[in-house]
This record gives sequence, C-alpha cells and structure tokens, in this order.
Amino acid sequence: MKVVYKAIWDLPVEELFASGHRACAGCGPAIAMRWITKTAGPNTIVVNATGCMEVTTTQYPETAWMVPYIHVAFENSAAAAAGIDSAIRTMTKKGLWKSGKTNVIVIAGDGGTYDIGLQSLSGMLERGHHVLYILYDNEAYMNTGIQRSGGTPRFAWTTTTPVGKAIRGKIQAKKDIMGIVMAHRVPYAATASISNIIDMANKIKTALEYTEEGPTFLHILAPCPPGWRFPEERTVEAARLAVETGYFPLYEYDHGKVRLNPPTSAIVADPKRRKPLREFLKFQGRFAHLTDAEIEELEKEVVANLNYLAKLASL
Amino acid sequence: MSLPKVHEIPIGGIITEPGSSRRNLTGGWRSLKPIIHDDRCIRCRICWMYCPEGTIKEVKGEFVVKGKKYQYKYEIDYNYCKGCGICAHECPTKAIEMVPEA
Amino acid sequence: MTAVATQIQKAKTVLALTSNYAVAYAVKAADVDVVAVYPITPQTTIVEKIAEFVDDGELNADLIHVESEHSAMSAVVGAAAAGARVFTATSSQGLELMHEVLHIASGLRLPVVMAVPARALSAPISIHGDYSDLMNTRDTGWITYIASSAQEVYDTVIQAYRVAESVLLPVMVSYDGFLMSHTTEPVELNDEEEVKRFLPRRERPNVLRPEKPITMGAFAMPDWYYEIKYQVQEALQGSLKTIEEVDEEYGRTFGRRYGVVQTYKMEDADYAIVAYGGASFGNAREAAEIAREKGIKAGVIRLRVFRPFPTSYIVKYLSGVKAFAVVDRAIAFGGPGGGPVFTDVATALWMNGIDVPGISVIHGIGQRSMYVEDFVKIYEMLRDGEKNKVVYMGLRL
Repeated sequence: MKVVYKAIWDLPVEELFASGHRACAGCGPAIAMRWITKTAGPNTIVVNATGCMEVTTTQYPETAWMVPYIHVAFENSAAAAAGIDSAIRTMTKKGLWKSGKTNVIVIAGDGGTYDIGLQSLSGMLERGHHVLYILYDNEAYMNTGIQRSGGTPRFAWTTTTPVGKAIRGKIQAKKDIMGIVMAHRVPYAATASISNIIDMANKIKTALEYTEEGPTFLHILAPCPPGWRFPEERTVEAARLAVETGYFPLYEYDHGKVRLNPPTSAIVADPKRRKPLREFLKFQGRFAHLTDAEIEELEKEVVANLNYLAKLASL
Repeated sequence: MSLPKVHEIPIGGIITEPGSSRRNLTGGWRSLKPIIHDDRCIRCRICWMYCPEGTIKEVKGEFVVKGKKYQYKYEIDYNYCKGCGICAHECPTKAIEMVPEA
Repeated sequence: MTAVATQIQKAKTVLALTSNYAVAYAVKAADVDVVAVYPITPQTTIVEKIAEFVDDGELNADLIHVESEHSAMSAVVGAAAAGARVFTATSSQGLELMHEVLHIASGLRLPVVMAVPARALSAPISIHGDYSDLMNTRDTGWITYIASSAQEVYDTVIQAYRVAESVLLPVMVSYDGFLMSHTTEPVELNDEEEVKRFLPRRERPNVLRPEKPITMGAFAMPDWYYEIKYQVQEALQGSLKTIEEVDEEYGRTFGRRYGVVQTYKMEDADYAIVAYGGASFGNAREAAEIAREKGIKAGVIRLRVFRPFPTSYIVKYLSGVKAFAVVDRAIAFGGPGGGPVFTDVATALWMNGIDVPGISVIHGIGQRSMYVEDFVKIYEMLRDGEKNKVVYMGLRL
C-alpha cells in the first residue's frame, strides 16, 4: 500500500458526495461513498450497480453525486465500466477524449458482486480493464429488505433465512470473494473497513494508481443498522469490532503478495490481542438467537481464516 | 409547485445538477439532536470523518478553549443531520451530546 | 434492384460479401470506437471479420471480448454513455439475454447500433433463421430496420449511425439468419472518407464528462417516470421523418436508397402480401409475377422499418386493395392474430378506419423452407375470398 495519508489531518477536505441523500440514519455504506469520492477526486466516473447506494442517492430529479455517475442495472456494473474504460482509452487515442486521465470506479453491493454481478466482474477482471471495482459489503440485500446474499455470514438471520424451528438462520458460510478476485491475478486487491478510514483512503489511492496496469478491487465492510439490527450510532463500532475480533481481517494482495494490515497483522502476531468474537456478535439482532456452541463454531472459522491468511502472507 | 411537463425535462432521465440532493433537507428525520460542547472538543476530527451525511463542518478561525488555541471548530449542519448519533458515540471526549428534538 | 441510378465518377469497389461481412465493412467505414460482441450463431462471422479489421489496424477500435451478450450490451451502453461510437451484434438467445439492457439503452437515449441476423428461439434449440428473436424486442424503444439484401445491410448500418446520433435512440439492423447472414452477394462499398463526412462526430448532451458531471440512470418515482418514458415514445414515433431524410441524403451521396417500405407492383394491385426480410420478399415478388400471369393483380409491400411502424404507408398501400396477407416469420403465441406484424398491420388499419380483409400467414419458422408456390397460394387464397384467418403454412398438420 502506498501511504498517501499518514494521519487524519492529511485526509482530503472537498466533499463530492452531497448531503440530502436518502440513506438511512447511521448508514455504513454512505460513509464509504463519502470517502471513495473524496479520495478519488473529481476526475472520476462512478458506475453504480443497483442497490441501496443507487436508490438513495439518485432520486430524480436530485442526485448526491458530484462526479459523473451512471447506473445501468444490477448485474452488469463491471461490464458497463469496461465499456467506459474502453471508450476513454480509444477516444483518447483518436483525440476525441479531452478530459485527461479519468478514474473509472465501480461501486456495487454484496448482492451485485458476490451473486448476480459475479460473471461480469470476472469477465472485466480477466480482460484487464483499467477499472477499480469497489464492493461495499453490508452482508445482505438491504435495498429489498434484508434478504440473504452470498456475502451473508453463517447463522445470520435475514428475511429469507429466518430463525425457525427446523433451520435457524443462514446455513452456508460467507463466500471468499477476495479469494475469487485474487485468483484472477489482478495487480491489487484489498479489504478495508469504514472504521479504519485512513487505511481505506490509502487503499483507494493505491488501487487507483494500479489501475494503469489493470483492474483493482476493494472489499469494504459497511455495516447496516436496520439489516444487522443494532442501534444506528454503533455503525462504526460494529465495523471496528469486526476488524478487532478477526471477523473481517484487513489485508491486501499486491502483485501476488499477500500482506496483513494493522490491526489484523498485530492480532495474527499475538492472538491474545484478538477480541472475542462475541463482542462483535452480541449487540446485533441478526445474531441474537445464537447458542454458545454456534458462537464457538463461528469463532473457530474466524481463527481458521486468520491462520489461512497468515499462511498466504508468509508465502 | 407544479412539476415540469414532458418537454421541460432533459431527455434520457439525466440529472444535470451535481449535488442537487442538497435540496432534500433530511434534518426532519431527526429525533435526537447532537450538540457539540466546544469546551470539551479537542479538535480530533473524528466526528467529521465518520459522519455519513457530511454534515459536520470545519469552521476556520481563532478559537481559544481552556487556554488552548485552535484554528478550527466544528459545527453541525442541522439541515441534513439525521441524528444517527455516530458522532457522539465515536467522540473520544464525549463532547457531543444527543438531546431530544424540541 | 431498387438502387437509384446516379453518376458515380470514381471506380466502384464491389466485393462478394455475406450480409454478416457487409455489416463488418459498414462498421469499419463508420470508424466505430468500441465494439463489444459475444459469439453466437449466425452472428459470429460479423465479430470475426471485425476482429480481423481491428487486429490488422484497419479499424481503430477497441474490441471488448465480453463474457456474455448481457455484458456486450452493457459495455456498449457504458461506452456510448462516455461518448463513444459503438457497435454490437447478436442473434437469438443472445438477444434475449440482452433484453433487459435494450430498454436501458433507449431509456438513457444512447445511440447504440446493433446488427441482428435473426434466428429462432429455444426450446427446442434451433440455430436456424426466423424472426422470433427480433419480434421479442418490439417494445424496447429501439429503431428497427429489417434489410433484404447484403447491399441494403451495408447501407443501412451506415444510415443507422446517422439516425441514431440524430434522434438519440438505439438502432438495430436485422436480416435473415443464414439465408442472408451466410449467403454471398455483390456489395458495392462506399469511399470511407465520404462515409466519414456523412457521419460527422457531434457532441451529445448526455455523456459522462468530469468537467460537466451528470447523473445517468437515476431512480424515478411515479411523478417523473412516465414523462421520461413518453419522451422515448415521442422520439421513436418522430424518428420516421429522420429515417426518411437520412435515406434520401444517403441516396444523393452514395446512389442507393430504400425508403421505409418497399413496394413491388402495388400501383394497380388488388391483393397484397406484406412481408419482411430477404427470403420472404424474394419469394413474394416472384409469386406476384406468377399470380399476375394467372390474372391475379398481385403486389408486395416489404417493411424495411419495423419500429417506428410505418403506419401511414401501410394505410396508404392497403386502403386500395381488396385483401391482404401478412407473412410473419414468428409466432405471436396466444395472440389475437397469428403473427406479430399481422397484429401491427391490423391495428394500423383499424386505427385509421380502414376495413380490408386480411390473412395472417405464419411461415419459415425455424427456417422451414418457404417456396414461391406457397406465396402464389397466398394470392390465390386472397382471390378466393379467404379472410380473417391464420394460416400455418408449411406445417404438417
């Protein structure tokens, strides 16, 4: 990661994501949108997949976006971005693009990435477009009212994985989207959390720089108060605990090399520094039904994942 | 207010005014209101950083608080603040208080 | 041929081309910037030829090898939104997979141009030609041409860019899968410099530019959605005039024009066949000759433009006949008539108070062979007073 911002006072001031948007109070993804636009700057085209961030920011005739923005559909944001990248590069060669170097950034949720958009994402990565794809992960289809996605964690309650007498919450584990992206051998991919803004902003800068070489990817954890069922003032805390418990490790894949970032690197170096997973789960209504045995099972998965990442980082 | 007719609307459903969502004042959503107690504020910028609405403004100037000089103070744009309380929750010195809307 | 004879000073370039290759040559002449195509029979040879042009440096375009037709249409929508001149092509299942994005291309008012060698739809799977795929795009807000020769395909693709960029709507150019896409005809190519002058680059209002940040593809509530969609309806209806003007100017420049409907011996016809596509039109013309030898005053109307529907021409030509038949190469399943274009023609007449009896003929489904004698039989049925029925021609019933 290239460290552009060392401290909070280095962060960019100009806002390119305007107030007045209709995201819920305490929206985690809205925090991500602010920092994506601020960090990328005005020479950026945003391609947004259908989802919360699309419907809450572009209610006609008003838009929160202060950079050129397009929403095409749910499953094709990577394909539309590929077309924009192709257009900019070809038109530049022909003298028809006069706006200079322009970032092309996809912003898509977990439904639009893990599930319906996976094919167009894979195609875009394979073809090597100069696009930064940002997944903001709130771990379910929140826009349609909290349905499970491939990004929903095991045992979580959603409206389509209710806590019943026979089956209690989601049966399957969260998909390893970073693993899928890394398998495309892109120049750069990283995880980030809205609790760790400086780390996130540096990763956005790094990813954008590397798009000269090819596609880059950011997986940003962005908690959702109504979907995760916690009080709306605790959004940042939820994201922070996800990192501190090892539930959502911060790491990056830079030209084939995996590197753990703080505080995940410290947790892995000294497991005593990892907070118990229960800290992350206990205030979320979506996990309220969990038994001690289920929490223990999830904790084992968290530790196994950290060990797996540590092994990758040692290679 | 009467809405524009077919030929008064730009084609393709495009919105030509960036940031026009500012016409939509979301302050009315609020049931709790954050109040910044400037005497307890250490200017750490954390509330500004985490606000999902971008409603916390850095006002430049000369501000003396408990004998310490600062070049900034923080103000909340209540036109848009939805009262989520993230700022108060994250504030390390508890300088922001959530009070019921009058 | 219907080509208007004009004096062409320069030596003509005439190549033996399939309709698919004719498309590729037209795309090259149009100096397209971005092409996104996924292979599917019978479209594939278009993208193969374009790939040759790009890889040989004859066409300065980026060819995006997308992983599906859905992404093909999405990529050209993105590229067109960024201001590029774009092209894609598909057939059959690929067109169905694109369907969602077809509405978005017209709703965003993007001048996308697409070639559609028409093909039957699954199931059962058929790689052969009919117009089932195209007819399913009827209400997507696209201008739709159906060409009947390789020359017309070439000319129409070039016209399509001019029309699309003038009225800001996407345009598709369709023609018979296999019967045209894979058969070779002589095609006269235009001077590419002259095509460049015919297709000047213009700045569009709805493009993504950092210096003028617009939001495209917004979320519209009931207070707004209707007006924005009505604009598409109005632009599409109004585009007929532009289509005719562009065709006329093209004729003056390059010596060939086609009109929005093409007629054959309609001047004194009592009985008319309305058809579309190369095979149906060819058969109908020959059948009209044979019918006339039998004393039946037969004529043919070919739809060259399917959307916007050329209602005024249909009314003009059919209001003077005793009876008509529409030969559809698609089934409007469960509909009030047998074929989709028959339903359109009947509506056009009814809306204008014209009461002429007609027959809906379904033929050439899944490329079932169509014979000239079949079309002669249609004229005889009309002469014998058969009317208001659906005929599934060539079906083993």
